[in-house]
Amino acid sequence: MKVLLLGIGNVLWADEGFGVRVIGHLQQHYRFPDNVTVLDGGTQGVYLVEHVQAADILVVFDAIDYGLPPATLKCLENADVPNFLGAKKMSLHQTGFQEVLAMAQMLGAYPQHLLLVGVQPVELDDYGGSLRPQIKAQIQPAIAMALVYLAGFGISAEPTRTVASLADPVLDLRRYEQERPSADEACRMGDGRVLQAVDFTVSAPPSAEGCTLRVDVDYRGKY
Amino acid sequence: MTVTKTPNGFNLNDAGRRVVVDPVTRIEGHMRCEVNIDEDNIIRNAISSGTMWRGLEVILKGRDPRDAWAFVQRICGVCTGTHALTSVRAVEDALKIQIPENANSIRNLMQLSLQVQDHLVHFYHLHALDWVNPVNALKADPAATSALQQSISPHNPKSSPGYFRDTQNRLLKFVESGQLGPFKNGYWTNPAYLLSPEADLMAVTHYLEALDFQKDIMKIRTIFGGKDPHPNWLVGGVPCAINIDGIGAVGAINMERLNLVSSIIDRTITFIDQVYIPDLLAIAQFYKGWLYGGGISGQSLLSYGDIPDNANDYSAANLLMPRGAIINGDLTKVHEVDLTDPEQIKEFIPHSWYRYPDESLGLHPWDGITEPNYKLGPNTKGDRTHIKELDEAAKYSWIKAPRWRGHAMEVGPLARYVIGYAQGDKEITEQINFVLKTLDVPVTALFSTLGRTAARGLEAQWAAGKMRYFMDKMMANIKAGDLATANVTKWDPQTWPSSVKGVGFTEAPRGALGHWLKIENTKIANYQCVVPTTWNGSPRDDQGNIGAFEAALMNTKVERPEEPVEILRTLHSFDPCLACSTHIISPDGSELTQVKVR
Repeated sequence: MKVLLLGIGNVLWADEGFGVRVIGHLQQHYRFPDNVTVLDGGTQGVYLVEHVQAADILVVFDAIDYGLPPATLKCLENADVPNFLGAKKMSLHQTGFQEVLAMAQMLGAYPQHLLLVGVQPVELDDYGGSLRPQIKAQIQPAIAMALVYLAGFGISAEPTRTVASLADPVLDLRRYEQERPSADEACRMGDGRVLQAVDFTVSAPPSAEGCTLRVDVDYRGKY
Repeated sequence: MTVTKTPNGFNLNDAGRRVVVDPVTRIEGHMRCEVNIDEDNIIRNAISSGTMWRGLEVILKGRDPRDAWAFVQRICGVCTGTHALTSVRAVEDALKIQIPENANSIRNLMQLSLQVQDHLVHFYHLHALDWVNPVNALKADPAATSALQQSISPHNPKSSPGYFRDTQNRLLKFVESGQLGPFKNGYWTNPAYLLSPEADLMAVTHYLEALDFQKDIMKIRTIFGGKDPHPNWLVGGVPCAINIDGIGAVGAINMERLNLVSSIIDRTITFIDQVYIPDLLAIAQFYKGWLYGGGISGQSLLSYGDIPDNANDYSAANLLMPRGAIINGDLTKVHEVDLTDPEQIKEFIPHSWYRYPDESLGLHPWDGITEPNYKLGPNTKGDRTHIKELDEAAKYSWIKAPRWRGHAMEVGPLARYVIGYAQGDKEITEQINFVLKTLDVPVTALFSTLGRTAARGLEAQWAAGKMRYFMDKMMANIKAGDLATANVTKWDPQTWPSSVKGVGFTEAPRGALGHWLKIENTKIANYQCVVPTTWNGSPRDDQGNIGAFEAALMNTKVERPEEPVEILRTLHSFDPCLACSTHIISPDGSELTQVKVR
């Protein structure tokens, strides 16, 4: 039985990096049996199809707009995963993961068991920023949820004594945070010079659910 | 109503009704397009707007230049490796680092594999649905589809009626289950779709085949880059060691892996020759009367060039992918391009949401400034949060307007191919002549949406052939005893001068990509990326020249303005990637619920 633990999201967009950070934590602190792959999927779309196809059990970690209080952790299983993703586009990474799932399905290989461990983000628009403390505090609980789920299939992970190195050491959470340029040096999303500027007030636009392509036709003139 | 003639030769008229497409789907990132359509449904004014702010440059300030590649490859999910390669080249240029021959070959193999994979995925999974109607494929006769397949690609073994019947049944199951998967929400009754049911079925079948095949190409980057899907890169070379005997360092490239790369290259060449190119020509036969979308491709084209034959020589003569600029439609003269010349490439912002001390001037990227200034013009309809109509006379995009000697330029496969053709590149000329002859169209047919799509296919074929070339070249070098893959003599920042600047460039699948950086006291002092979609998707400039997307939409007939297939078709033909040309402006993420990429 092949298992894929997949984190998706963009580490450069604050809490949107949750899924990838969970994977980093797993890589550094746990050892899994050989049939388990722990993968940082980043914002990849079509390129992830083969990994999804190969998995019998797929656990996805991601930041999800559930419409719940910030930092709420919530799991979804099996059919609810693509259905939910299809109903409400939530992730900042542009390639919809539900499309990856649909493609895997069209190719005739789809995980038998699917778990989505999602966290409601606190802040997404801080470009170059890191996870907010409340979200960082949910990394371990998210892992715990996944481990309980995997235990149901007889799969267990072993915590390591020493911290293993990350597949992408440059993006190590601590370095990423410590070496961030100061707010003076680098104008940030969400800082006073951008979103809170007097002439830049933004409120949420109306939901365009079920509408993939909004087309306004303005019948001016003779129409 | 205003009628304007732009310096680059387009008559803009905003009298007709306005059609807004937002977001443009099946692309990376967020893009909005507005057009005015006259009483005959012909586009007479076009506006392309990037609706996200880009903050990439600022987050790199003060960081270690040797790390920059890891950040830039996280900008988006599409051209990860290309950004990484551009970044390490920029740092090497600044620090005068020479890389070994094997590193050059491996980087070319990785870059070419990305070209091939990206073109393939673009054609079948992002762009095909602008030409191919999967619902119509249900009406096809599998036996006639088989006959069609055998006539256009006699050597393709997967051509039996049963094979196509299987796909049709699979498709039917999807349709009946009410979930069309990636095919949902298309305009499947629109008369803009011209293929026969059999051609539709053949193309949908290959949609699935290509999806299955593209993952093999990825393995090339995984092998050389050490991991998947974010390969490792290294300033000074490549991070993989070569160890032919397979003894010693764990993870070194051994003969078994090199053989795997070699077999993937062979299969890639076969797939492109037997599936991609025949499909492209078959589809083009149906659409060769639809030659809209040329825009500025017949006038102004730019390529930085890429794929250095020998290591460390980035001169035009050593680049296998052509480099140069064509202006004023004069194909008899290809101008030299110099990325360090402050008079050549400049970015303008009179119509972009940025602030310069003097907005009438353009800035060379080494002196680039990324300071946001979100202001809407007085004729904007709606408000700043729900824009109904942009005011194109004012600032209207998060994309800057880069210009080459003041000209708006098109970049990408078509630009590279026309420049190669104008330079008399033998392989490129042969490929182009073959297509023109097969379709029985004149050379001017290249300057169209279809031409752009065809150039991409030809380039995929070219790139697959060049992978074979570099694989053989590297094997010969290894057999001659050269195993070096990295030069780390300048790895230690103490060996660096206190203040240097550099530029790195590549040809990303969607066009010319440049990173300009300044390093001061071993840290990044300024970093500017001019990405392909900044060129193609640029707004108007200080002179009123419209950008490549805008120009390409002009004078196109739209069958049904409520279903703007033609607009999407032309925009998709550029393979736009807005994620790295802009970044999202939403303060709370909820805006994203209206964005749905299919």
